[in-house]
Amino acid sequence: MPRYLLSAHTVDGQAREPMTDEQMQHSWAEIQALEAEMKSAGAWVFSGRLHDADTATVVRESGGEILTTDGPFVEAREHLGGFYIIETADLDAALGWAAKVTRTISAPIEVWPFADTAGG
Amino acid sequence: MPIVDGALIGRIFREESGRSVATLIRIFGDIDVAEDAVQEAFALALRRWPVDGLPPNPGGWITTTARNRAIDHLRREARGRELSRLALPVDRSDDASPGEVGPVQDDRLRLIFTCCHPALSVEAQVGLTLRLLGGLTTGEVARAFLVAEPTMAKRLVRAKHKIKAANIPYRVPSEAELPERLRPVLAVLYLTYNAGTGGPSGDDLRHEGIRLARILANLMPDEAEVAGLLALLLLTESRWAVRFARDGSLILLRDQDRAMWDRTMIEEGMAIVRACLRRNQPGPYQIQAAINAVHADAASIESTDWSQILALYDQLLALAPTQVVAMNRAIALAEVQGPEAALAIIDDLDLDGYHLFHATRADLLRRLGRLDEAALAYARAATLAGADAERAFLLQRVELAQSATER
Repeated sequence: MPRYLLSAHTVDGQAREPMTDEQMQHSWAEIQALEAEMKSAGAWVFSGRLHDADTATVVRESGGEILTTDGPFVEAREHLGGFYIIETADLDAALGWAAKVTRTISAPIEVWPFADTAGG
Repeated sequence: MPIVDGALIGRIFREESGRSVATLIRIFGDIDVAEDAVQEAFALALRRWPVDGLPPNPGGWITTTARNRAIDHLRREARGRELSRLALPVDRSDDASPGEVGPVQDDRLRLIFTCCHPALSVEAQVGLTLRLLGGLTTGEVARAFLVAEPTMAKRLVRAKHKIKAANIPYRVPSEAELPERLRPVLAVLYLTYNAGTGGPSGDDLRHEGIRLARILANLMPDEAEVAGLLALLLLTESRWAVRFARDGSLILLRDQDRAMWDRTMIEEGMAIVRACLRRNQPGPYQIQAAINAVHADAASIESTDWSQILALYDQLLALAPTQVVAMNRAIALAEVQGPEAALAIIDDLDLDGYHLFHATRADLLRRLGRLDEAALAYARAATLAGADAERAFLLQRVELAQSATER
């Protein structure tokens, strides 16, 4: 079955209004409910939320040596904030989950097919 | 008996290749395999048919020959590799016997929804539809959209790769998804027709737009907007022959010889519009068709029921609030309330790059006697309609269709 990465991007300096405890709990509950729905539909493979981009570290090889530097790799205003890996019959089903995710977390979702499972 | 020559086989190709390609995609789950096999079958037909005569069912011959060719190729290539690697998700729930060549559900319907999937760019949707369903060569599709052939070839390859890599399904969307998924399909057919209103391969594209709209209307009789699109295209096309003077200049609606309008197309279009009215599920294409029906019904520009047209534009503007609709509504308003009221609306629009905007403005200024301003506006329209205008025009149409799609 094809696998898809649903990635959610956060934009630096575009921090939303801080949520109240109540809002935070509500949002967390919604995310939990969606994840439970994905699991019971057999679509969920893995998911995670990431720390801010300034916590990332880049490791690369240069002239045979390993260089470790403060990250992220791409200096951009947008960074990966979290992701789901799901398994669905086709793109339409994946887009259906992406629609639910974007409604829950109010951020655009990028849907990427995995290269090793789809024959592409 | 007709003479079986390249021209006749070319016509058959245009008519039949879409169905054959669609059937082979269902059987093999791979667009490239299907396309190559159908091409080969037609190459064979070009050699055989002039000698042996036409087979009783040319389309069936092509599909069967192409299927056999594809199986041969796959057997040779497979050498132990599994055929199942070629797998586009195909909904076989309505197939009595998978692999059989036969019209269970028309495969072209599946194919058009795959070609016009919203995950593909509008340009790719149009290109794929014309290539796979319309049987146009990549060169013909490129010329229709005034891009270089390698650019179009690359665009098609990318789109086909995305269909495969992302597993875009080969399936008619469910009832719930249908309204959203039908919108880009209709936009693509409309764009195809419109691409034929300029450019070198114009006739072919307009006919192709109508042909595909007719197929879709037959396959989806419950969708009022599909019928509306077909009616709109027929009524527009009915005036085609008298739209241009001998020197190639445009003849405006008011100056056209209405006796030369194609009555057969008008009658078919009007009958569809009447059926749509009875159905009472209005949508943008049906309303545009109704507007054209009012024109088709009038003996002259003066006896046209402009208040009816204005009312239809009000309805259209509520459903599709775009700048171009607002502009066309203003043209109708000029006939009902006079040019001054219309100009006030036109001057508020942001369509500076659109030559018809300046032409419309120029006409209103002229009617108000503001001739210096009118001349400036005409000049602006002419500049925009100059060398690169067709390209700009088409690009704008693409953007408009896109905004209608995302509405």
